[in-house]
Amino acid sequence: MHSIYNFATGPLCWAAFIIFIGGLLLKFISMVRRARSSEPYIFGYFSPYFGLRSVIAWLIPFVPRNGKLNPVFTVVTFAFHICLLVAPLFLMAHVMLLQEGVGMHWGTLSDATADVMTVIVLVGLAYFAYRRCTDPTAKYVTGPKEWVLLALVAAPFLTGFLAYHQIFDYQVMVVLHILSGEAMLIAIPFTWLSHMLLFPMVRMYQGSEFGGVRHVKDW
Amino acid sequence: MSEQTKETKVIEDIGIDAGLEQLTEEQIEKTIMSVINAEGGTRLEAYTKTCVHCGLCSEACHYYHSHDKDPQYAPVGKVRNTMWNFLTKKGKISKEELKRAVLIAHTECNLCRRCVQYCPFGVDTAYIIALVRRIVHKLGITPQYIQDTAHSHAATFNQMWLKDDEWVDTLFWQEDEARDEIPSMRIPLEKEGADFMYSVIAPEPKFRTQLIYQAAVIFNECGLDWTMPSTTGWDNSDMCMFTGDFEMMGRLKRDHYECAQRLKVKKVVMGECGHAYRSIYDQGNRWVGWRDMPVPVIHSIQFFWELLKAGKIKVAKTIDKLATFHDPCNTVRGMGLHEMGREVAKAFYPNFVEMQPNREHNYCCAAGGGVINCGPPHKMTRVLGNRVKAEQLKATGAEVLIAPCHNCHGGLEDIIHHYKLDMEIRFLGDIIYECMEKPNAV
Repeated sequence: MHSIYNFATGPLCWAAFIIFIGGLLLKFISMVRRARSSEPYIFGYFSPYFGLRSVIAWLIPFVPRNGKLNPVFTVVTFAFHICLLVAPLFLMAHVMLLQEGVGMHWGTLSDATADVMTVIVLVGLAYFAYRRCTDPTAKYVTGPKEWVLLALVAAPFLTGFLAYHQIFDYQVMVVLHILSGEAMLIAIPFTWLSHMLLFPMVRMYQGSEFGGVRHVKDW
Repeated sequence: MSEQTKETKVIEDIGIDAGLEQLTEEQIEKTIMSVINAEGGTRLEAYTKTCVHCGLCSEACHYYHSHDKDPQYAPVGKVRNTMWNFLTKKGKISKEELKRAVLIAHTECNLCRRCVQYCPFGVDTAYIIALVRRIVHKLGITPQYIQDTAHSHAATFNQMWLKDDEWVDTLFWQEDEARDEIPSMRIPLEKEGADFMYSVIAPEPKFRTQLIYQAAVIFNECGLDWTMPSTTGWDNSDMCMFTGDFEMMGRLKRDHYECAQRLKVKKVVMGECGHAYRSIYDQGNRWVGWRDMPVPVIHSIQFFWELLKAGKIKVAKTIDKLATFHDPCNTVRGMGLHEMGREVAKAFYPNFVEMQPNREHNYCCAAGGGVINCGPPHKMTRVLGNRVKAEQLKATGAEVLIAPCHNCHGGLEDIIHHYKLDMEIRFLGDIIYECMEKPNAV
């Protein structure tokens, strides 16, 4: 168990972060380069002002009309995404590991807060799963890939929660937690989880077109 | 299964069916992949990879609402049955699947871009569907009626097979007619250096000649310095943009702008058309290589608004009937002219009610995007596919529906007729002509 733990927190961890960050970086560079050669005019219409205006509008709950029309979804998705990003980044155990490993550290959340946020992430995922079974359109375009990705995001949070509360075998849970977290990171550049990068890119382009060319808001 | 799903299965269209018969599976595969690889580019990749299959776009689509939330009609459902299918099967698709894709791309999507405003990521479904139409064009299986208009564009540089002399003759005829009402009336042809060139779509001289008459009267009574061309370039319409014949779209727009440049006019004013506007400021100009419009083009909505604000159009009478305003996609989601449009409308119809939703969130008429131009075989697809529009109109209780776009008129007329709504549809020009002060009239 110790050797798996050491491998997962050592080389595998480095590999996961390199693939995650490097993969997204490469994706960004290759898309920009390809656009420059095949659709250069995209950059001619690109407007930081209108692009950011659109991104910001979509990052405020209930500003877009579709957000108002789907209030439950809006609340869940905002809570989910905030907790998804904040909980792992500011979890005390993660920050301590980072400090021991590479000497970097920053502020932390209390364990109780992180615990609640983890539950919010899991509840959010449960809602998304429920929606994929009940909303006619979501159901129509949900395949095995969507379920695998939902499970892939759920796994590190579920195992982290179980490990923290020492439910089942702690050591096994921690190893599973680390492995599943790494699996999720690795999957991001290669699946639609890459919307964490593509959301601002696509939104900024669309905002530029709507604001700069069509003089109308896109939310 | 909804009423329409059953219908589309038996739709016969010689353009699609005869075209499909001539194709081999290898040709289909090769054409699909060559368009995707050569023209799909970064945007197709970004849009298809960003989509998390959440289905939030369905809220945007009038076809989806009109078919009791049948997901086949949701924007993402349409992409699933067209482009995703092409991509996942790498172009190896059957003729049945291909026919379904043609029907979806040409008759079940108006490229209205409402879904772009409802997708949290801004995925441009209209772009994806337009790319499907491009593939359909390259395969030679475009619906017959709209393909015929595209042929007309290629042969005559106008949409309606009008001959050169018929165009000029029509203008003389309208000028002559109008002189009964206004003896000093002129439709100035080929006047170099005029303030503006007035351009229309070919259905105006062909079917709706009174619109040219009315516009000419408005311009004359406002004392404007204007002209119309006697050569090609007078027709600003562009069905080639909607069939995916982008080469021809580029030729049309170049001809149109060069016509204005030849006449050395300061700007072009165009009639109450939506799609032609899109072709001029957004798609056609880009294909030719102009970032923006090389000669400013002002839509009638804006031009009438400017004339009204400047006091050149004077309101002689208002009409008491309850009126509502339909925002055409291409002037609203396309150019943000919604406030100007209703200000002009309210000047003549003070008794005004908004339809819900309105402005940039208005439902499409289901005729635009080339759908009405696919002709009679597909009429019921768009009429049944826009029940939600009928409900939206009915809820206003209005007697008059103001819609400043030709395609919208065509589509709304069919909807009003089919759903038995008692509404009169009007253009802004038509209203202004009736209600403005005409000092030179006898």
